[in-house]
Amino acid sequence: MAKSAILKSSLAKKYWMALTGLFLCLFLAGHLAGNLQLIFGNALQFNQYALFMTTNPAVKLLSYVTYISILFHAIDGILLTVQNQRARPIKYAKENASANSAWASRNMAVLGTLILVFIVTHMVNFWAKMHFDANMPLQTIMIDTGGGKQELYLTTDGDYLPKVRVEQKLVTIKNRTEFYDTGADVKIKDGYKDLHKITFAFFQDAKYGLIATIAYVIAMFVLAFHLLHGFASAFQSLGANNPKYNGLIRSFGKGFAIIVPLLFAIIPVYIHFFAK
Amino acid sequence: MKLTLKIWRQKNAKETGKIVEYPIDNVSPDMSFLEMLDVLNEGLINKGDDPVAFDHDCREGICGMCSLFINGEAHGPDRGVTTCQLHMRMFKDGDTIFIEPFRAKAFPVIKDLVVDRSSFDRIQHAGGFISVNTSGNTIDANTIPINKHDADRSFDAATCIGCGACVATCKNSSAMLFVSAKVSQFALLPQGKVEAADRVLNMVNQMDAEGFGNCTNTGACEVECPKGISLENIARMNREYLVASIK
Ligand code: HEM
Ligand code: SF4
Ligand code: FES
Repeated sequence: MAKSAILKSSLAKKYWMALTGLFLCLFLAGHLAGNLQLIFGNALQFNQYALFMTTNPAVKLLSYVTYISILFHAIDGILLTVQNQRARPIKYAKENASANSAWASRNMAVLGTLILVFIVTHMVNFWAKMHFDANMPLQTIMIDTGGGKQELYLTTDGDYLPKVRVEQKLVTIKNRTEFYDTGADVKIKDGYKDLHKITFAFFQDAKYGLIATIAYVIAMFVLAFHLLHGFASAFQSLGANNPKYNGLIRSFGKGFAIIVPLLFAIIPVYIHFFAK
Repeated sequence: MKLTLKIWRQKNAKETGKIVEYPIDNVSPDMSFLEMLDVLNEGLINKGDDPVAFDHDCREGICGMCSLFINGEAHGPDRGVTTCQLHMRMFKDGDTIFIEPFRAKAFPVIKDLVVDRSSFDRIQHAGGFISVNTSGNTIDANTIPINKHDADRSFDAATCIGCGACVATCKNSSAMLFVSAKVSQFALLPQGKVEAADRVLNMVNQMDAEGFGNCTNTGACEVECPKGISLENIARMNREYLVASIK
């Protein structure tokens, strides 16, 4: 093997770019399927899905691969871009790049950096709340008991727990989601973190909801352009270029690049403008 | 035709250059671009000025010596031609034409529009050949059967004239179209397969050492290449390199 060919050479960097990029495409598809429950599912389904995503060991493993992929893809992408800039110290006075290449293909680093900014804000807004926020609400429902309305916690065993029992200190909440019998100090049930509520509140916020929605939609445009070039490009980087299948890869890539960000973008638009 | 030329002038490799404007008239649309520059230089010499230095040799599109980045494109606005085969009818009377050297760290300017492309030679020396013992009983290459499909693609790759337009055009100054053409022309043939793994590792290694950038698959090189070398070659090089580096 040539000197650390698999990590350091120009081509190796490209393989990693392509592999992490394609893995992130898979991640996007999965993430989208989950998010679409914000439109097509109810709050419980969405929160159950969120619980599954944060606790299932296989999913946890996948999520670590995703974090690493994003980091690796971003660092590798920036390294490549810096090297590429250095490869032409004196620029041309006149360039007619649009005559020979697509805009997205020439602006992958700018698009990628914008996506990185989006990912960070997105994680602060949702991921960090889900994982660390002590004030993360637990999901409740209101039911009419005949003698007035009562608020109940939904619990992971499919049961309910009246909120008054927590208010009367008969039950204590520990570790953000666990219900304990206060007297006996034993765990009786688990609640659902209400990510659904947080998400709706975020995009329906009177002050920032509209800005957040617009920013989200813009980010999805950026993602679409990144993928319009990136998807098919990754196949070329990995050496998959065969006239028999190129048309298929390109069409699928274009479809993926448009449909996935579009569906992502519809969700906050729906929440802000149409959902109650 | 009357034209305004904006030409990069640079005394030598060390000094910094700049764009200088030259008006020129009585240019015939039937002239080649290099003939137009010959006319300009004749005028400059008659005035006692330093003529514009530019590379050329065969002037029939086969040697790969001519270069020039013309109005933002390598070998100018025409497709599938080198600068010596570019004709002035591609331009309009009154046009302003920017003429710059091929720009890349690995192609330093020697003077005016002349750049040093010996980095390509060093990449070739690193593996762009097959080792044949010329001991007197060398087997005739034609006795080895080769399927037509591979022979054709190898030939297509071999039409690369090493001009460097791919590097000049690429926003990353990547030499991957050139290197992949040289890798492919051998890798597709039985005689070349013997040394294929070492060849691709060594040539890519040399390419990186020369300071060329990394391909981002914009496809600009394929469009501007005077010989229509296909991006399929880059994909083949990527495959060859991947297999060779895990072996
Ligand atoms: C969900 C997020 C992302 C996805 C799905 C994604 C996907 C892709 C894909 C498939 C490619 C093509 C790889 C290739 O040509 O071999 C690519 C290229 C690229 N990405 Fe991303 N990317 C994402 C985020 C980012 C981020 C955060 C950055 C940050 C800087 C970034 C920077 C780049 C750059 C610079 C390239 C071009 C690299 C090259 O062609 O050499 N991407 N991306
Ligand atoms: S690949 Fe095309 S542009 Fe590049 S050196 Fe060969 S002939 Fe010139
Ligand atoms: S001078 Fe030989 S190719 Fe143009």
